Formats: sequence, structure tokens, C-alpha cells
Amino acid sequence: MKETILEQEILLLKGLARNDKKSTEEIYKQHYNLIQALVVNNNGTADDARDIFQEAMVVLFEKARSGTFELNCQIKTYLYSVAKRLWLKKLQQQSRFTEEWNDSGNLVKVEEDLEVHEQKDQEYDLMHHSIQHLGEPCKSLLEAFYFKKKSMQEIAENFGYTNAENAKTQKYKCLMRLKKIFFSQYKK
Amino acid sequence: MHEHDNILLTEAVERYISGEMTPDERLHFENLRKADSEIDQMVVTHTLFMQRMNRYNEWQKFHASLNEIHTDLAAQGKIDSPALKGKAKLAYLYNRYKRVASIAASIAGLTALMVSAILWSVTPKTHNAQQIENLSRNLSSLENKSRKQAEEINNLKNSQGSDAKTPEITYSSGGTGFIIDSKGLLVTNAHVIQNAQNIAVASNTGIEYFAEVVYTDPVRDIALLKITDKDFKSLPPIPYGFSRKMADLAEPVFTLGYPREDEEISYNQGYLSAKTGFNGDTLSCQIQISANRGNSGSPILNNEGDVIGVLNGRQKDQEGVAFFIRSKNLYNILNEVKNKEKNDSVIQNVKLNTKSSIASLNRTQQTKKIQDYVFVVKVN
Repeated sequence: MKETILEQEILLLKGLARNDKKSTEEIYKQHYNLIQALVVNNNGTADDARDIFQEAMVVLFEKARSGTFELNCQIKTYLYSVAKRLWLKKLQQQSRFTEEWNDSGNLVKVEEDLEVHEQKDQEYDLMHHSIQHLGEPCKSLLEAFYFKKKSMQEIAENFGYTNAENAKTQKYKCLMRLKKIFFSQYKK
Repeated sequence: MHEHDNILLTEAVERYISGEMTPDERLHFENLRKADSEIDQMVVTHTLFMQRMNRYNEWQKFHASLNEIHTDLAAQGKIDSPALKGKAKLAYLYNRYKRVASIAASIAGLTALMVSAILWSVTPKTHNAQQIENLSRNLSSLENKSRKQAEEINNLKNSQGSDAKTPEITYSSGGTGFIIDSKGLLVTNAHVIQNAQNIAVASNTGIEYFAEVVYTDPVRDIALLKITDKDFKSLPPIPYGFSRKMADLAEPVFTLGYPREDEEISYNQGYLSAKTGFNGDTLSCQIQISANRGNSGSPILNNEGDVIGVLNGRQKDQEGVAFFIRSKNLYNILNEVKNKEKNDSVIQNVKLNTKSSIASLNRTQQTKKIQDYVFVVKVN
């Protein structure tokens, strides 16, 4: 019986790693209530719970994507441990301590993962900030090419460049500007 | 190196990173890297950058799917979210209340204010026979006896100049306003500043600035205020955009405003319940949200962080039914004001931000970014 649970969880994580909606939904459905109870019972709101659970999901997502995830604990325990850390930290930041901590879950060590996550999270915010400061049409141009994977030909047509070559030059200039904004703040 | 070479090189690096190169190309490129340290360095930084950019894209997609899943599961009742919301809210309010209560106990004066507020709130409103209630909040029962009822806005602007310097002004009513231009231009409801002699606005941190009316339209119930205080410094770029589009039925909306007596900023959420306002008014829309006095002039935002309108009233006989004036009107009003106030450089340079920079953030983060742009409007 235990074997099959483990196998199921490995399948779910593989699905999660490729952003497969079914797997993500399954994990969400199985574990959301537990995390919500954790947050709500410790001075949080349902909205806080949603934020904390989703951030824990991002940590799990990265872990699954890194390919180094050995399942030495159940997804439930992992999510619970991460969520607890994240929520404690948030409470501390807002100076909203709970005097007694209500919880009952098993815990695993997640400090290292969270350190990595924090770094990635900062980089995410920095990238977001940099892209927002880029202005149009650069922002849409880069998003079309790098995120939506549109071809240069399509982009030239959509943005009104006379040919793909001009669009490519423009894209290059935009990319250089974005890199400049990004690296000016990186590791400061 | 020339730009053209750089473009080719960047392209090559990207193909190298993503593994699109043929083995021959790859070998050739690796030799190039070894031979030229400048190229090698570029490959390293570009790889790092592309990784960050790809991760950013992946996370954005993942966040979007998480939000979708949450809404779906909550709607199907497979997670406790909506059911627990009431309970969670109660816990939150309880904590909130505990804090407020302790402050109230320490400040005796506040008790007196609260009593007058309670008295005021149970006194039937006689002067407003309309079915729609304006949501401006009377800060205290002090009525300014010298107030001239039918004062024109022009007079108001003149008197502003001399009165604004008097330090002791007791403001007797108010509402909410929010920034539409970071140099200090706000929008609020015309009814909030109606009959005003002096106007001040205060940020969510409590810093107060003098302001004056630059435009008021009682029909559309919109007024524009300009902060005239020397102490006011331009804010960073506005995080929200202004959407001309009509929102969809059932679209979730949220708002920030100052309905509370202690002028603590409050968040509220609801959904679009009808595409027209009271009695079919096409300038406005109907939403389901619990709005209170003092919420007048609050921004109504959608999930993307776009302002879709300005809250202006609620229906007296129906719980939670409120109305907002669509953002489309703001664009029209600004054009009119620009034609009128040709000499005002602030007005001439106003351009409503069309693109929200907080579309991909979650609600808590969005609220955090927006709150510095929502002000208390105080009037006497």
C-alpha cells in the first residue's frame, strides 16, 4: 500500500514539474485545507493561507523541476514544513507573533530549500521590476519572442515592422536594455 | 564589435544554451569561446540572464495556473476556501478588534468620538431623500455654521489661497480619493467635496496635505483635486492602469478606502453584478461589495490591477449593492479639463497610465503597492 502512495506521488511531482494542470490540481486539492488550517489557526486569514500555500507550491515546483528531488518524505510533510517556515517568517516581518503555536504536523528540514527559494524569489521580483520599467514596445516585443515563442516574422507583422530583420534588431536593442536594468540591481 | 555581429552572437548564444546547435556548430562555437575570453564572458552572463528570464516566465505561468485551480476548486467545494472564509475573516476581525480595543482604551478622547459616531449613525438621515446613499463620511458632528451652502467652486479656489495657511482647521466630513498622476492629482467624488471650504488629503501613513479642487462635475459625480502642499513630493510611477473597457459580469473586483472613523485604510472585495448603474444609468456599473460611508471616491480595481471605476454610492434598501462610475469617464473628463486649464502644466501633462504593472502579483502584493496611492479626503 505504501509503495503505491509513493509511486503516485512521484507521478504527481513529474506532472507538476512540467506544469501539468491535472497533477497540480490534484496536489492542490489534497493539501490545501491542511495548510489553510495551519495559517488560519495561527493568526492568519484565508487570503494569507492562499498566498502561503501558493508560495509553498512554487517551492515544490522548483524542487520537482530541479530533478534532484528525492522523495524522502511525503508531499504533505514537505508542503507543511515549507508553509510553516514561510508563515512564521511573514508573521515576524509584520511583527504579528502568535504566542502559542497551534500545529500538529510532522516536519522535515527545509531550510536549505528555502534559502535557495528566497534567492530565486528576489531574482523573480527583480526581473519583474526590470520588465515593468522597460516600457513599450520593448516589453511586448520581448514577451512575444521569449515567452510566447512567436517567430520574428509574426512579430514583425504584429508590431508593424517592415521586415523580420528590423524586428530582430529592435528585439536585440530591447534585450540589451533589459539586461542593463537587470544587472544594475543584481546582487546589490 | 558591430551591432550586426552582436546580434548574430546573441542569437548563437541562445541557440547554444537551448541546445539547438548541431554537434558541428557546437564544437565550432566552443572553440570560439575558448579563443575569445570576451565571448566566453558574454556566454556566461547571457546564460545566467536567460535562465532568470525563463524561470520568470515559468513562474508566471505557474502562478496563473495556481490561481485558476484555486478558483475552480473553491467553486466546486473541493477545498474549504469559501466556506472557511467567513471563519477566517472572523478570526482576522477578532485580532483586529483586539488591537483597536486596546488603543481605544488608552485614548480616552476616542471614546467620545465613538459615541458621537454611534449617535450619528443611528440618527436617520433626513436631508437625503434619494434612494442611493452617498458614501461620504462625516468625521464628527461639528457643523461649520459659517459655511455658505451654495458656494461656487471658483469662490472656493479663491478662499483656498488665504485659508489654507491657517493651521487649525477642523474637518467635518470626508471620503476617499486616489492618485491619477504621481505629481499629486487625485480623483474623488464630486459629492465628497461639495460645499467645501478647505480640503486636505492624507496618505495611509497619516501625512496630511492641502489640496484644491481643479474640476468638479456633479452629474458624473467626479472631482479632481490637486495637492498644493509644498511638502508633497511626487510619488513613484503609479502601479495601476486605467481600463476603458467594460468589465464582465461576475468579474471579481476589489477596493481600498477609508470607511473607518480612525482613518485606517480598509480593503474590500466583491464582484460586478450589473453592467449598468442605478435605474439603468450607463455611466456607472453595479457591484456587490460591502461599502460604507467614507468609501466614496475609492478606486474599483480588477484582478489585473486596473482601475475600472470610482465608487460613488450604494443602494439604501439593498445590502451590499454599490455603484461605481466607469473609468472611461475619467478619460473624457481629463480631456475637458485639459481644454479648460491650458496654463496648468501639471494638468496638461497628465496622462492616465494604461498598463497596470501589478497584473501578475497576487492580491496581497497588489494591495501593498496600491495603498500608498489611496488618500483620505477631508473637507470642511
